[in-house]
Order: sequence, then C-alpha cells, then structure tokens
Amino acid sequence: MADESTLWISGHLAEKIRAHGAETYPHECCGALLGRDSGMVGETDPEKVAATLQREILGLFPLVNRREDSPRNRFSVTSDDVLAAEKEARAHGVDVVGWYHSHPDHPARPSEYDRDHAWPWYSYIIVSVQNGAPQEMTSWRLNDDRQEFSPEGIEIRHRAAV
Amino acid sequence: MPVKVMIPTPLRPYAGKRDSAEFQAKTVGEALGHLTTEFAELRKHLFTEEGKLRSFVNVYVNDEDIRYLAKENTPTKDGDTISIIPSIAGGCN
Repeated sequence: MADESTLWISGHLAEKIRAHGAETYPHECCGALLGRDSGMVGETDPEKVAATLQREILGLFPLVNRREDSPRNRFSVTSDDVLAAEKEARAHGVDVVGWYHSHPDHPARPSEYDRDHAWPWYSYIIVSVQNGAPQEMTSWRLNDDRQEFSPEGIEIRHRAAV
Repeated sequence: MPVKVMIPTPLRPYAGKRDSAEFQAKTVGEALGHLTTEFAELRKHLFTEEGKLRSFVNVYVNDEDIRYLAKENTPTKDGDTISIIPSIAGGCN
C-alpha cells in the first residue's frame, strides 16, 4: 500500500521540523503533520482516493515530548495531544496525516520501538540531529503486515500543489 | 440501540473505509471483539499477538478512558460511543 508514496512539503515547513529537532536537542522533538492526500478534495470516488499515494503537508502542530524518564531516546504524545492535533487540523479543513520526531545522534531510520508503536497510513517523518545540527530527514509508512516500514519519498516544494 | 464504535482515519482502510460500526455489546471487549471479527485486518493494529490491547491504543467509552474504568470489561449500554485514539510514541533505539 505504501510502496511508492510521496510526501510533499514546503521548504519552510521542512526547515521548521529541522529547527524543532535542533531546539530540543539532545532530547527528541515531536509534532503532528497536518495535510491531506492529493485527490481527496472534491474527490468522492473511493477507488480514486485509495489509489492516491501522494500526500501534502500544509501545516505542523509541534508538541511537547511527554517522556520525562528518557527524552533523549524516546518520545511520547498522549491521546489528549492527539485529540488537540486533530481539532487543530479540522479547524483548518485538513487531517492529521502523520507525525514527526527527531533522532538525536542517531540516523533518520525507524527503530524497532518506532515500528512497534506505529499505525499504518500515517506518515512518520524522522530527522536526524547530530551534535545539535539537523541532518538527514526521511519519511516512512508502516506496511499493512506491521513487519516493516516502507520509505516514503519527500518532495520539497515552494508551493503546495493542490 | 447498539453501541457505536468510531474507527480512526488510519484504520479505515482495514474496515471497509467505514468511519464507524455498530454492534450489540455488553462490554467494551465484546464490542471490540465484534469489530475485529467483522474486520479481521484491524486486529493486529489494535491487539498484540497475545491478544492484549497495544500499549499505545487508548479506548474511550463516551469520554471516559477505559483504563480508569474496568478496562475491556467496562460495561456498555445502548447508545454508548466507543472511540479508539492512539497515543503516539517512538524513539531512536
């Protein structure tokens, strides 16, 4: 399902994710990705919507990492935070389509812990922050069988394509 | 009137694209059992292989978190709404 998905994001929002990762270093940052799947707007044919694997990020909802015991290698967002993010998304006519977090001094690759705590459909952006400086940023979607993530292409755009 | 289970957006592809489903159920566990019987693909995203609710899956009856009630044995009555809300977690190792 997520074999060849692409995530569109503006350079400005991509930079905000990187900056959030640098700001909270050496702790993990986290936040919600607000956006929509392309073709969703005005598209009522479920087959066409289902066939769409392109998704655009139109806003961010930065969150506080609730893990106080091990914030350097864990992040946690409560269900109340999730509801707040969904409310914010609805207010802008979009959806919570995924989540971002940082990996301080680790590569931008999902861990087993990430996989165990993920749902399919969501996009999971990971930004690696090495010695306080944001580096590679990747995006992933969990496969239907929960066995692994598939990489999702990130396309930086100056203007969101509608 | 049955119990209504709201299906979160990420899981709708595994539930015939439905946003909710209704079942006759006396407890939360019974309602979730009906849900994952009707939509078997949902099961692995809600429950571990041992059959326990995944730690990041939160279930509410109306606005009450079942963790603070009787968990999956929480009784339900006609007209109740069950919501499934994830808490999001991850980490670099």
